[in-house]
Amino acid sequence: MNTTILKNEEKVLFGLRNLFGSYGYSRFKMSKFEEYELYVRNKDFLVSDSVITFTDTNGRLMALKPDVTLSIVKNTKETDGVQRLYYDENVYRVSDKTHAYKEILQAGLECIGDLDEYNLCEVLLLAAKSLELISDDCALNISHLGVTSALLERPELRPIRRELMTCIGEKNSHGIASLCAKRSVDTEITQKLQLLTETYGPADEVLPKLAAAFTDETAQSALAELKTVTAFLEQVGSVRVWVDFSLVSNMNYYNGLVFRGFVKGVPTGVLSGGQYDNLMKRMHKNARAIGFAVYLDLLERMTEEKEFDVDVLLTYTDATPIQTVLDKAAELTEQGNRVSVQKRIPEKLTYGRLMELK
Amino acid sequence: MCEWINVALPKGRLGEKVYKMFAAAGFECPEVLDDTRKLIFENEPKKLRYFWVKPSDVAIYVERGAADVGVAGKDILLEYQPEIFELLDLNIGKCRMAVAAKKGFRDNPERTLRVATKFPRIAGEYYSKQGRDIDIIKLNGSIELAPILGLSDVIVDIVETGTTLLENNLEPTETVVPISARLIANRASFQFKYNEIQTLVNGMKQQLEESK
Repeated sequence: MNTTILKNEEKVLFGLRNLFGSYGYSRFKMSKFEEYELYVRNKDFLVSDSVITFTDTNGRLMALKPDVTLSIVKNTKETDGVQRLYYDENVYRVSDKTHAYKEILQAGLECIGDLDEYNLCEVLLLAAKSLELISDDCALNISHLGVTSALLERPELRPIRRELMTCIGEKNSHGIASLCAKRSVDTEITQKLQLLTETYGPADEVLPKLAAAFTDETAQSALAELKTVTAFLEQVGSVRVWVDFSLVSNMNYYNGLVFRGFVKGVPTGVLSGGQYDNLMKRMHKNARAIGFAVYLDLLERMTEEKEFDVDVLLTYTDATPIQTVLDKAAELTEQGNRVSVQKRIPEKLTYGRLMELK
Repeated sequence: MCEWINVALPKGRLGEKVYKMFAAAGFECPEVLDDTRKLIFENEPKKLRYFWVKPSDVAIYVERGAADVGVAGKDILLEYQPEIFELLDLNIGKCRMAVAAKKGFRDNPERTLRVATKFPRIAGEYYSKQGRDIDIIKLNGSIELAPILGLSDVIVDIVETGTTLLENNLEPTETVVPISARLIANRASFQFKYNEIQTLVNGMKQQLEESK
């Protein structure tokens, strides 16, 4: 198959389907609509605050799906073992900044059930391989909310928890210092929080520093899990895997490992994922879950611009026999050229070369 | 340095001050301070590219990756909440976001407070924390005029010395948040140009410590 005509995001999508399928993930096809109520109950889980809604013919308030994970979780049946699902769907969001409606192509997977360390490693491996499909120059950052959440649960930090999480996410160490100073938080705790913003690098460099500072049981077991996963990923892939504790996600939904992938040339993360056992609990599902999404719409800009609209502009006159035109056009396309057949040279068409049939 | 670093500087006096800090950290590009109509300045051997932009646009250039790093006021960051890393408080361009009103203004809590501002999000969040019902009037300049002409009861704006307020018979009544210039970085650039950005951060940090 000639794949040169495919746009970058389409090529990646085919690659992802193949990759997810090869690890036993089955495709989850869903409707574009969902009852709005699902999002009202889990508003904070959504990336954007606004949901595009409409009333259906029965008077129910419906939404154009802004997210796929919630729908997958809602439809999960409790079964033994592990369910592996993937999707590639358009989701619909309202831009917080411009208030414009946006259609976003997303592909991703969810691994739900009685998960163990193997499952976590498998999903992270697939995240790394997904990034490799997009670009050779990519980076996967991993964090573990177990370390962060234990610290933020401290009573003196609870009133400023939200602000602290924003600061950690922005690597804003001076912001943490100022918030903590206002509340007279203990220096040792302030330093621990600041350490989280500064923790960025290869696991073998970063994890020992954290292990020395975070000695409580929850943090130690989180760091041990992180160590296992990063060690595994370093063996198998070519993606640069670094630990980055500025990755924070809403802890009402997420827990455990969270990760984000970047590729060179795209200004924001193209892959985002994590463990969301807390969401499962909130939705009364007795299972653990981990998944990620790849934002395919961001890859549009990575497609190389073609120099011309067509490679060959083939012109003919009223005197040219039609068969001659058809034969020439066929010959040129078989050689792999993009051909435009015209009687007159169109004003705005750009072309590599001109071929005139008399 | 092996990767080109694009830097967005805020036009004006603050930008010039900031550039000097960049230069002292080893990120110099002397042309930047020339009085020319050029928009982009490059230091080819050091792979540095500087450009001047409107101060309120710096965060957009950085968030969208046109600039890897830049310097923006905390007011802009709070108002637009761009997805960037805020790496350092540069401790320059210091001022405060404040509520100001006509001298002798009595705030009647029984009425909706009319607030004129260039910063609707900051003003909205400030009063929402107090549970106060307000009517935000978004203006783009000459905010001080609003209470004088009765367009609003108060204004939420940046106050540096307070001279403009005083000259117009206004006075600051409450501080909303202190403001200063921040070094910001694009989140993806931070991954791929980490060494360069970290060198810059360390160079700037050192200057801040020396000036303490």
